[in-house]
Amino acid sequence: MATAASILIAGLFHGAALFLLTSGLQLSFGVQRIVNLACGSIYALGAYLGVSVTTWALAQGLPVPLFPLVLLASGLVAGLIGLPLERVLSTIYRRPESFQLLLTFSLILIFQDVLRFFWGAYPRQLPNVSMVYGSINVGGVQMPMYNLFVILAAVVIGVGLTWFLSHTTSGKVLRATAENRETSAAMGVNVRLVYLLVFTLGTTLSTVGGALVVPTAAASLQMGVELVVDAFAVIVIGGIGSMKGAAVGAVIVGLIRAAALFIYPEVDILATYAVVLIVLIWWPTGLFGKAL
Amino acid sequence: MKQAASALDMSVESDGTRSRSGITVKVMLFVAVVALAAAPHVTNIYYVSLGIPFMAYAVALLGFNLLFGYGGQLSFGHALFLAIGAYSSALAVRLTGNAAFELMLLFAVAAALAISIPLAWIASRFSGIFFGMLTLSFGMLFYSFLNKFYDLTGGDSGMNVPQPSLLGIDFSQVDKMGFLTGPFYYYCLALLIVSAWIMWRIVRSPYGLHLQASRDNEVKASYLGVKVRQVRAVAFVISAIYGSVGGAMLAISTGLADPELSYWQQSGHLVFMAILGGYQELIGPIAGALIFILLQDELQAATQYWRFFLGVVLALLVIGMPGGLLGTAKQILARWRR
Repeated sequence: MATAASILIAGLFHGAALFLLTSGLQLSFGVQRIVNLACGSIYALGAYLGVSVTTWALAQGLPVPLFPLVLLASGLVAGLIGLPLERVLSTIYRRPESFQLLLTFSLILIFQDVLRFFWGAYPRQLPNVSMVYGSINVGGVQMPMYNLFVILAAVVIGVGLTWFLSHTTSGKVLRATAENRETSAAMGVNVRLVYLLVFTLGTTLSTVGGALVVPTAAASLQMGVELVVDAFAVIVIGGIGSMKGAAVGAVIVGLIRAAALFIYPEVDILATYAVVLIVLIWWPTGLFGKAL
Repeated sequence: MKQAASALDMSVESDGTRSRSGITVKVMLFVAVVALAAAPHVTNIYYVSLGIPFMAYAVALLGFNLLFGYGGQLSFGHALFLAIGAYSSALAVRLTGNAAFELMLLFAVAAALAISIPLAWIASRFSGIFFGMLTLSFGMLFYSFLNKFYDLTGGDSGMNVPQPSLLGIDFSQVDKMGFLTGPFYYYCLALLIVSAWIMWRIVRSPYGLHLQASRDNEVKASYLGVKVRQVRAVAFVISAIYGSVGGAMLAISTGLADPELSYWQQSGHLVFMAILGGYQELIGPIAGALIFILLQDELQAATQYWRFFLGVVLALLVIGMPGGLLGTAKQILARWRR
């Protein structure tokens, strides 16, 4: 029973982090048809900036319980990296998708050394802050309140994003542009601006995710390439371009990872990708995806 | 992919210029082969030692490009087959106690066939981004298998691959550098030339034309009687064999079968080399492999931030040279002739 509770708690937390990472990916794919391999590097940027800014703020005498606000703020600032990145990516919107994969792949290489230049080769983390809120007992297992906060934040962001896309005028413009770029342009939508904003919103979701999760796990240079593996698993299982798919896929992958960790740690990636293969063979477009 | 196809149409010019450039290409190929054969006698021994990884990637890329350039299927897990070649070389020695390179190649080809046929059966149903993700999944599954099953594969420390004998001749007296820049260099060069010749025959055969037709227009091709799925599956298997042979060559140069060989970033490098050189040409990826190896080596020697500069150079190439180095050279040549 305690094992099941541990798996559930750890799995939901990991799923929350993965959702923040992949919701950005899904958004830019859904609207712009860009598959951003560098999403993991962007997430890492949020994590590193979160560590530095929060460490600095705490040294300046910030009351410790307020640290999540600083993390959130640095995640939001780091998200602005999307503005220049979108301008670079816009040079190849009309090329085959292999070119997009390649350009974002070269961004991974660039990011890895930029992060190393500013933060060095060793992992960085925020020690001793995630426990200031204490922990609660769930089914016989102690869960840090901070982890619960991250899960809640992911749910709030997910619900907010869905509401934004389905109920606001801007959201409707985004969906219309995703459906048909030319028609939207003819109706007076500034497609260039929409793309710029969507991509930046996507990177912001990833950097906020990285920043929020960093009190519980170190920021490292390997993150950039390692997270892509999880992110791909999530979008293949959930279905590419679907926000619901990102949420369901993230929870599934989070739970598989946590189960593997508690039962048989040797098979974490193996178990994830075995599920990915099964999903691809039975539901080629994922659980919530549309055929392309 | 459709845009790639139309770019390819543009590169096919009228018959007159084609036969003229055909002669130019033959002369250039001859010069390239002579230069490669002469390299151990004229260049720095260090650069010659880069020749083996270059030729290994070149062989793997010939296969990769059958799938990608001619078949329109972008595999993002192709490094899987590099690892299969490397590990089956190590296993060949461990199981038979014989370190003949021919035996290693035999094991590599057999393993590639055994693994790629079921994968091809699954993967040939997909195209576009789904095919990319599926192949990425295959690669990552194999990567974690290699890493985690320590007893069988040596885990993250990999498996040793000893210096092999070639054509029954034992070179154990020759030191590693001498072996890699002498007999093994020429063996690999011969292997590369034979592989390229076979590939040249494949892409010009009726089968190759079926493959290109199914890339350009899947629906039209199947109306004309092309068995698209079957044709794609065969391309997958052939490219797996090429990748595996390249992996065996690579394993000799490092002396190690390493799980990193199958990591997705390695697959990314393969894709990069293909696009860098120009995937619309048979020998484009070979040129890409050479440039990539030299560029990476120079940057690594020059700065600890070599990834940054490699990334910048590659990003500029992707943005500015859609045809790759060879495609761009061809364009410039055509403009100059006019």
